[in-house]
Amino acid sequence: MQLLPVRLPAGHPMTRFLVPLAIFIVLVAFLAIGLGLNPREVPSPLINKPAPAFQLPQLHQPDKIFSQQEMKGKVWLLNVWASWCVFCREEHPVLMALAKSNVVPIYGLNYKDPRNDAIAWLKQFGDPYALSIADRDGRVGIDYGVYGVPETFVIDKEGAIRYKQIGPVTPAVLKDKILPLVKELQS
Amino acid sequence: MSGLGLAAMYYEQRSTNNDPRLVVARLLALIAVLLFACAAAAGDAVPTVADPMTNKRAVQLGEKLRCLVCQNQSIEESNAELAVDLRRQIREMIAQGKSDANILDFMVQRYGDFVLYQPPFKRTTLLLWLGPGLLFVTGLVILIYNLRRRRAQRDEQPLSTEQQKQAELLLAAGSDRERR
Repeated sequence: MQLLPVRLPAGHPMTRFLVPLAIFIVLVAFLAIGLGLNPREVPSPLINKPAPAFQLPQLHQPDKIFSQQEMKGKVWLLNVWASWCVFCREEHPVLMALAKSNVVPIYGLNYKDPRNDAIAWLKQFGDPYALSIADRDGRVGIDYGVYGVPETFVIDKEGAIRYKQIGPVTPAVLKDKILPLVKELQS
Repeated sequence: MSGLGLAAMYYEQRSTNNDPRLVVARLLALIAVLLFACAAAAGDAVPTVADPMTNKRAVQLGEKLRCLVCQNQSIEESNAELAVDLRRQIREMIAQGKSDANILDFMVQRYGDFVLYQPPFKRTTLLLWLGPGLLFVTGLVILIYNLRRRRAQRDEQPLSTEQQKQAELLLAAGSDRERR
């Protein structure tokens, strides 16, 4: 009976075991990386491109117009904020500390916010901005690809966007990314 | 609304007769005429705010674009404020005579390729587009290779004479049993 010519498919038993295992490990690696990514952080196509032009009224003095042009030759931060934005409150102390350090000027883009609410918010929590501009209908926000307030842009002396922080600026982000970049751009 | 006037005239002319059956008949006639009047009024309804062609194009474009706030919805479906703004933007651009390609470009320039539900075919998306085909071809190659190898194995090794003898013996035993 043992002579019945039953033959298993050729191939070393070890390879037959190892190949599926290798495929499995590769799959697990892909899934682990995929699950670790934050889908909310969409890379901005505006990086290393000129900051979109705008001419907006200032929040506190609506009769005065501010344009990104006026910042030529300076490294600056453009922080998109709103009084209705929960995470803006979270990053607010970080911005206050940064403003106090005088390392880099912060300009606020007050996004889709009623003027009185915005001013009251700044009065209540403090104003870290050199000045804020009011984007009442969100058009400049669209030009800057804003989709999750708060967002912060680092803009260089030539007026190009060099970095975009989506979501709140945390102390870690400030220390590891924004400040080193600002130093590099200022020198 | 002329239907209503006709009905009123009809009713007044005949109102001298008070036979209950006639009253019912008149009422039914009145209802029928009024219904017709409503249908007529619906026919010349006020024109919609946006013209239907613009609307259709805007909806089609909105469906091609991902809302970045709620990423599994299109701009057309989403109620996020950004989606509302972008729908307005699309309609404005259509009104300005921009082409569909112009409008999609506008969105990609600001929000990146991710805003498109159908990603463009380029170097960074090669794997995305060709990956499934590549996997299929790889599977096919492995399958064909295995099948060939198996066939080669089956064909290549004829039984040794001893095995042949034993097989014949077994077969003979089998056929003996069958005969019984």
